[in-house]
Amino acid sequence: MSASAEHVEAFSPRRVAAMMLRYWYLLRSSWPRLLDLVYWPTVQMLTWGFLQYYIATNTGFFARAGGTFIGAVLLWDILFRGQLGFSISFLEEMWSRNLGNLMMSPLRPFEFITALMVMSVVRLSIGAVPVTLLAIAFFGFNLYALGLALVAFFFNLMLTSWAIGIFVSGLILRNGMGAENFAWSIMFLFMPLTCVYYPVTTLPLWLQPVAWALPPTYVFEGMRSLLIDKVFQPDLMLDALGLNLVLFAAGVAGFLALLRSARRHGSLMQTGE
Amino acid sequence: MGRARHICAGMSSPPPIAIDRLVKIYKTIPAVDGISFTLRPGSITALLGGNGAGKTTTIATIMGLVTPTSGSVRVLGAEMPRQRYRVLQRMNFESPYVEVPMRLTVRQNLKVFGMLYGVADLKERIAQLGRELNLTDLLDRPTGRLSAGQKTRVSLAKALINSPDVLLLDEPTASLDPDTADWVRAHLQRYCRDRHATMLLASHNMNEVERLCERVIMLKRGRIEDDDTPAKLLTRYGRRTLEEVFLDVARGSGVESEAAQ
Repeated sequence: MSASAEHVEAFSPRRVAAMMLRYWYLLRSSWPRLLDLVYWPTVQMLTWGFLQYYIATNTGFFARAGGTFIGAVLLWDILFRGQLGFSISFLEEMWSRNLGNLMMSPLRPFEFITALMVMSVVRLSIGAVPVTLLAIAFFGFNLYALGLALVAFFFNLMLTSWAIGIFVSGLILRNGMGAENFAWSIMFLFMPLTCVYYPVTTLPLWLQPVAWALPPTYVFEGMRSLLIDKVFQPDLMLDALGLNLVLFAAGVAGFLALLRSARRHGSLMQTGE
Repeated sequence: MGRARHICAGMSSPPPIAIDRLVKIYKTIPAVDGISFTLRPGSITALLGGNGAGKTTTIATIMGLVTPTSGSVRVLGAEMPRQRYRVLQRMNFESPYVEVPMRLTVRQNLKVFGMLYGVADLKERIAQLGRELNLTDLLDRPTGRLSAGQKTRVSLAKALINSPDVLLLDEPTASLDPDTADWVRAHLQRYCRDRHATMLLASHNMNEVERLCERVIMLKRGRIEDDDTPAKLLTRYGRRTLEEVFLDVARGSGVESEAAQ
């Protein structure tokens, strides 16, 4: 009956599936959790959508830049909700005091991270798909019409959200629930710097290099280029991908370093405040 | 036959738990201060001590959750925490400080943990644990809606899901009524005997320790104060119960103090 220890896989899809199943059971058992996935993205989209509708009827530029605001809101939501989806799944383990069980099990950090990444996509899909359909119904803005560009935008934004989510999870592992606020607020630091709603040239000159060091900036610039000038710029997506790979590697390295530190300081046994 | 196989394997295998001069210092405070002990296969041992004696840190180090400052901890031959993935599938634990997710049903929890531990024929294993721990009627109920005693049995089912060779238990019968606690003790005793599993348990229930354990390691301020069978400890301290021995050790009025007088 006992599991064999002769051969211990370095990466087990079965263990990843076990964690995904655990989060799926949790989501399925709680309608408030499901509703929460859709609620805020819908409110955001409606607010910004109506604002854009108002501006577009009053200025020629925004009339030409149709969909920029709604597009920005939807893409921002991918970035924000992607990170939040990752972090909330992780926080569920802290809230349920289950982390000790997982850390003591054969589950490896990369398997845990993989399950959290997949679940962030699942959670995002549950929230984003209905909202994108509502954007078509209310404002005639079809995000899916962006085609392959949308795939590039999505992939880059998800990579950023995972990198940040992984690092924040490490902070919580090391520092306990006192670091929980980072999970909710860290992405808002990115909002002004990644120029979600305005071009990078709006920023003061000294701040622009900071903006260009962040992968989402390339995505939002690329979106504006596509929606306003009708030009898809693959070079922006490649630059974003390069930066994202560095950021992702840094996030994983940070997580592993914080996990090692948590073992040294005994933090894994004290997952409270 | 299974037991014989384990005993034979045990003769040539490394000890289930071997701790050598373990030191763990948090900042400047030593939580564990140079303890050494080895457990033999199939044994049931208690780790006793007052609050802050170093029990939790010792158990956490054995589980690989804490890195030692110096010294070594080996479980089934693997150095912890560096080689933990070699042996984590053969270990498990239960503690009142860690819970199984409350929103999931008992069956869902056991399925998830069974998959994490790579348990073969998981459906049958869950049914078997349901029968053994009297959980069959509770399998499809959310864990959070169970009574404290039922939850303890679920935690125990989780701890036994992979039929571990090394079982670490922290207060295994806390919050159980005397009848259920007695039943759980009997089950654990039977499990260790049938499977020749090794069990290390931290408990403040001295009756439990006397009944279950063949060896008692008493910790005080991170050091081993005494280490013997319950019967020999009673004789040495001239006491009738382990609780009295515990108090002697905790208050420093034990054998050494008497010898000094």
